[in-house]
Amino acid sequence: MSTNVESQSSALPNDEKLYEKSKSLWQDAFERLLKDKMATASLVMVVLYAILATLSGFEILGGDWAVEIGGSYEAPSFKSINHLFGTDIFGRSVLQKCIHGIYIAMTVGFFAAMISIPIGLTLGAIAGYFGGRVDEFIVWLYTTFSSIPWIMLVTAIAFVGGGGLKSVCLSLGLTSWVGLCRLIRAEVIRHKEREYVQAANAVGASHFRMLFLHIIPNVLHVVIITFSLQFQTAIKAEVILSYLGLGVSGEPSWGIMINEAKLELSRGVYWQLAGATLFMFLIVLSFNLLGDALRDALDPKLKGKD
Amino acid sequence: MNIWVYILRRTLYVIPILFGVTFIVFLLFNVLNDDPTYQLLGKHASEERAMELRKELGLDKPLYMQYLDVVKSAVTFDFGRSWKSKQLITEMIREGAPVSLSFTLPGFFISTVLGILISLLVAYYRGTYIDKFVVFVCICGMSISSLAYILFCQWYFAYELGLFEISGYEYGFPDFLPYVSLPIIIWLILSLGPDVRFFRTIMLDEIYQDYVRTARAKGLSEPYVLLKHVLKNALIPIITYVVIQIPFLLLGALLIETFFSIPGLGGILVKAIYDQDFPVVKAMTVFISVGYIIFNLLSDILYTVVDPRVRLK
Repeated sequence: MSTNVESQSSALPNDEKLYEKSKSLWQDAFERLLKDKMATASLVMVVLYAILATLSGFEILGGDWAVEIGGSYEAPSFKSINHLFGTDIFGRSVLQKCIHGIYIAMTVGFFAAMISIPIGLTLGAIAGYFGGRVDEFIVWLYTTFSSIPWIMLVTAIAFVGGGGLKSVCLSLGLTSWVGLCRLIRAEVIRHKEREYVQAANAVGASHFRMLFLHIIPNVLHVVIITFSLQFQTAIKAEVILSYLGLGVSGEPSWGIMINEAKLELSRGVYWQLAGATLFMFLIVLSFNLLGDALRDALDPKLKGKD
Repeated sequence: MNIWVYILRRTLYVIPILFGVTFIVFLLFNVLNDDPTYQLLGKHASEERAMELRKELGLDKPLYMQYLDVVKSAVTFDFGRSWKSKQLITEMIREGAPVSLSFTLPGFFISTVLGILISLLVAYYRGTYIDKFVVFVCICGMSISSLAYILFCQWYFAYELGLFEISGYEYGFPDFLPYVSLPIIIWLILSLGPDVRFFRTIMLDEIYQDYVRTARAKGLSEPYVLLKHVLKNALIPIITYVVIQIPFLLLGALLIETFFSIPGLGGILVKAIYDQDFPVVKAMTVFISVGYIIFNLLSDILYTVVDPRVRLK
């Protein structure tokens, strides 16, 4: 979000700077990212959530969500850590449920991105590099995909998958590659005429080598930015799918908790909604801010183009 | 390229896209999904009854015929009947769409105008704390689940404070207003964040162009430059962004409609998803996709008419 004035001034010729060892792109970007306090905080938050999700996945944390710790709908109190967010209808700790929700959300975000990114990257790179008929076909493919309302595509795939965590990851992964594919295609088209690619061609590099060893490393920043933004989209989508009855079942997720809150609010039970919303807000905000900061640090051209 | 040639070519491109969309819908609903007959009749239905139903649903035909049925429905908008209510789906769409539009259209209009005004203001104060603050608020707003907004607003403003109707709908012009006012407000909250952020990016893209510098060099005041020059040029991408959203207004807002029991298309769709009413879900998918294709075409044509530079590519 914020532009770095310091990094611009460092481009000026300066005696001391001249003798400094030059930094790699990634090192430079990482340092620029750390200068942005908001981005650093977001990065810390993402790492924290990743750790919590891993611990929850091995049931070291949040594994006790099914245990009754008190009466039905106890208001939040400082009795114990588990009472911080109160209890639900069965007297289970809302905090424990929220922590288990981290595991679900991070799993969905990670695997959805892990499915969509290879598809988008490969198709976009092939389309941009080879052009012609191949390009026309891939452009047709993603135009077709983007013509179908996203929510319906996801719903239909989740139907086929029969619900559950795997089907949510799959449906979100298979439907969110279009944006990346478009960006990568445009970047590869720009890069393939550059001198370094012509040089690789001149020394007899194969298409495979030129595309995967020379061009793709140069457009990889687009992937990283997209990863960060797709992660949060998937988390938000999981909540909506859970609400529609197509998400996980039998274990707590933020979507299920928010859905349960529908019946609780009129009784003044707000803590399940507040807990799930807060946990979700922090991670989605962090990914949003991190995505923006990455964009500023790695590729100012892409600013604001989602 | 001549503009008419471009428009003709762009229009013909609709055909392969239409085939692609119908093929995906066919693949998802007719090929990959299990035979729904026993789901509808119960596990112990007789073989004859199952055959009969399959015939009724057109599932006994060979696959290529089933595919042609999907294509036909995309062109004629004749989608057959709902499994659940046995109503004609075309009829359901005709009844539901105006209901959805009764709150999405005002919400959409206000949000777009307000979004443009705010982004102009932000562009005026670019780089200052006001700009940073607005962007931060937008991102925060976008990070909260839409479900949480709906639940909270419905509970607090309608239930606790009693300012609005909690749910329901009444047909006819002034009668529906009390039922749609809170949904409109929620729609505004949900769409202002992304709108302002997007419009701001467009405004800032324009602000650093040479013609803006020329305008300033002539001695024009900053507000005049923004309103007269920047806004005019920024409107081109904004209009295309706006036009593409129109088909989704027909669909309404799935979640808002279910929470407020508004009998629009979104509410019908969510109900169909719950009931696993495949023909309705399939019909809505085809209907909205065709709408999207048409409006995408319109927006592309509009773009070239307004901005002749695009055609040179």
